[in-house]
Amino acid sequence: MVEQEQSQSMVSERPPVVAEVVDLNFFYGDFHALKNINFYIPANKVTALIGPSGCGKTTLLRCFNRMHDLYPGNRYEGGILVNGENIISPKVDPIEVRMRISMVFQKPNPFPKSIYENVAYGLRVRGIRDKSLIDQKVEEALRGAALWDEVKDRLHESAYALSGGQQQRLCIARAIVTDPDIVLFDEPTSALDPIATRSIEELMVSLKERVTIIIVTHSMQQAARFSDYTAFMYMGELIEFNDTKTVFNNASHPQTQEYISGKIG
Amino acid sequence: MTNWSIEELRENIKRRQIVSQIFAILGLLLIFFALFTLLALTVKMFIDGLPRLSWKFFFSFPSRKPEEAGIFAAWVGTAVVMMMTAVFAIPIGVASGIYLEEYGKKGWLAALIEVNISNLAGVPSIIYGLLALGLFVQDWNLGESILTAGLTLSLLILPVIVVATREAIRAIPNSLREAAYALGASKWQVIWDHLLPYSLGSILTGIIVALSRAIGETAPLITIGALTFIAFLPDPPFTSQFPYISFAWLKSPFTVMPIQMFNWVSRPQAAFQANAAAAGAVLVVMTLLMNGLAIYLRYRLRKGLKW
Amino acid sequence: MQGRDNLLHRRRLEKVFVAVALVLIVSALLVLLSLTAEMFIDGLPRLNWKFFTSFPSRHASDAGLLSAWVGTVLVISLAAIFSIPLGIAAGVYLEEYGRDSWLAAIIEINVTNLAAVPPIIYGLVALGIFVQSWNLGETVLTGGLTIALLMLPTVVVVSREAIRAIPASLKEAAYAVGASKWQVIWDHVLPYSLGSILTGVIVAVSRAIGETAPLITVGALTYIAFLPESPFTSKFPYVSFAWLQAPFTVVPIQMFNWISRAGTDFQANAAAAGAVLVILTLLMNGVAIYLRYRLRKAVQW
Ligand SMILES: Nc1ncnc2c1ncn2[C@@H]1O[C@H](COP(=O)(O)OP(=O)(O)OP(=O)(O)O)[C@@H](O)[C@H]1O
Ligand SMILES: [Mg+2]
Repeated sequence: MVEQEQSQSMVSERPPVVAEVVDLNFFYGDFHALKNINFYIPANKVTALIGPSGCGKTTLLRCFNRMHDLYPGNRYEGGILVNGENIISPKVDPIEVRMRISMVFQKPNPFPKSIYENVAYGLRVRGIRDKSLIDQKVEEALRGAALWDEVKDRLHESAYALSGGQQQRLCIARAIVTDPDIVLFDEPTSALDPIATRSIEELMVSLKERVTIIIVTHSMQQAARFSDYTAFMYMGELIEFNDTKTVFNNASHPQTQEYISGKIG
Repeated sequence: MTNWSIEELRENIKRRQIVSQIFAILGLLLIFFALFTLLALTVKMFIDGLPRLSWKFFFSFPSRKPEEAGIFAAWVGTAVVMMMTAVFAIPIGVASGIYLEEYGKKGWLAALIEVNISNLAGVPSIIYGLLALGLFVQDWNLGESILTAGLTLSLLILPVIVVATREAIRAIPNSLREAAYALGASKWQVIWDHLLPYSLGSILTGIIVALSRAIGETAPLITIGALTFIAFLPDPPFTSQFPYISFAWLKSPFTVMPIQMFNWVSRPQAAFQANAAAAGAVLVVMTLLMNGLAIYLRYRLRKGLKW
Repeated sequence: MQGRDNLLHRRRLEKVFVAVALVLIVSALLVLLSLTAEMFIDGLPRLNWKFFTSFPSRHASDAGLLSAWVGTVLVISLAAIFSIPLGIAAGVYLEEYGRDSWLAAIIEINVTNLAAVPPIIYGLVALGIFVQSWNLGETVLTGGLTIALLMLPTVVVVSREAIRAIPASLKEAAYAVGASKWQVIWDHVLPYSLGSILTGVIVAVSRAIGETAPLITVGALTYIAFLPESPFTSKFPYVSFAWLQAPFTVVPIQMFNWISRAGTDFQANAAAAGAVLVILTLLMNGVAIYLRYRLRKAVQW
């Protein structure tokens, strides 16, 4: 695994890209939270967003599936291009974006329904009624989330009977069941112990073949351990974006170096 | 399948969005219709009553001639009875709420009290009238007086105040209590220095809601013997003789705004209907003022607090 | 040991408060309970089958509650049918669609104000609209609509509070897999808040059962010696809505009437009617507590 990552970081030209962020600005009312963000999201890779608390990581992440549209007063400028289309344009329906880009939240937030219904929900909202198809997709997703063996005998029990780590993997299953192009993770392991954290990290690496992952993390080790690309943010600006190895060993901006070595944050 | 083409995706979304939009339009129409009707009618009541709303209307006693009749006895009665109600209900209600929430949390006694209070909050007000008739008028011999009325209405709103106080206190996060305890505060200091100040806004709102409910009550007051025709005011609370204060007004017979209004509504002459509308308008203004005060207090007292 | 003195002093203060509060609460409850018990004892001799199946009468011992309880059932059912769906829909709309616009602010202020307006005002307003403008007469329909108006703001307020208590993270989770607003409402918001909404609705209904002033204002009678027509007929189409046009009375009005009569016999009738009302309230409260318990157990976050 380590060798593989090293060989990837050697690639100096631009990898295949699923999303391109162009001059992105974001406002919470009058508050300018994201300032002129430009970078790209490489396909089938893990891209980590790091930076001190309050720098705008969550804000940036939630732009990708238009979560900000749920609350009044929020405003985007610029673009996030996916397949040449600007997904933050008001002309694009946010539901359409969310059907292709799903999200796993910081705290596990399963619905107060059964394990099965939690995973199946993404299919049900699309109007899929075929029971055998849903069964098959739910199983696939739970296997993909490395949870199948633990829950296969109690699919119809409440999701709240699961442990915190299991709940978070359930939320991952819920996010991947619809075969999204991108899955967003907002500090998915911050509420978990080291062992559960480890298993979710392994899970994300294995998901890479199927989806592109963008993850916000506070843990330098986590970013260094398994992300392929890293974006460092500071006060609403994107300071540095490169493959993870370069960012960690050879950052071009002094702020990045200071943050990574623990001097700011 | 889930790997739809972009066209299929849009088609699917459009279908689902239609339902959302239908509900949005329907919801707005219904709300507007209901609100509009109510507002229009309230406005009509104001218009009907407006010609009667003069200085004289506020300072005349009821009369057989509609154009001479006024609400002097009624609004004085309402004011005095509400004051009595507040004096009894607020301290007892708030203290009970604090006790139940902070001290009596566990145990069968607390559970018993809890069930009884929530049941009492739902008992129809006329029942309180019947109970008060038995206790205050017949057993305690307090007469069909302002004192009886105040006690009756405070019984009626006590459960509401207790519940509002408990909910306000329960909304304070535990971390704040723990922070105060960790500094060596006693339970009472935690309550006095933290819980009460932080929950005051919500408690006051609850009290005002309860009082504005009491202000409109008719059935229990008629049951304990409120009159509809009162052509005098209660004795003044201050006298020229030592000890200069008199409590005779507590024993005085009384009427209140909604009863006076009720009396006018039930008369056949159109002129009395105008009086009823005018009294209704005054009553609505009174409740709106109380509500405005509640909203203002909540806003003011919550602005400083955020957790 | 200055610290210990100080602590002792603080503890004493606290004990005084606890003792006073406990005495106040327990004595207030005891008085209320014993009075209620007295009412039950007074009314008990009259609480038999005949009482529930007889019409009112000039002779206290013959008088019964039949027309009153039937009237209460009809009026309250109508009120519930009108106000509950409308109130919940309005609550959902205000919370999920209309937030933070000026329109929502106006509606919000109006609804909270309406919830505080005295019931007798609703009576006057309903008299103007249902009886005088719409010509519905002094009927069961008018009574039901009047009580529905009265309940509506409460149902709206209760629904909004229940919906607001749902954590935003659950709604976000649903939106994040591509649900539409309506799907979020139907699949999540409504099921999760139903327990609290129902509890609040039951409280509103049990308050409505006790209303007298607005119903007397729209013309409920105190002496009704017949029942509304049956809603089912032997002829096609087998249902009839003639009962909507019947004059009516309700239990608290009947009770009120009996209280105001001279003679202890009628007072016993009043006590019996009061006992019926109290039992009804307790039952409804029981249902509310049970529902809250059941539905909240299923829905936990
Ligand atoms: N709903 C909001 N309204 C107004 N300002 C907000 C809102 N949410 C976040 N902000 C502000 O936007 C900035 C970025 O916040 P954001 O949550 O994106 O930070 P973050 O990098 O995710 O921080 P953390 O690591 O602590 O989660 C902060 O200054 C924050 O105060
Ligand atoms: Mg964050």
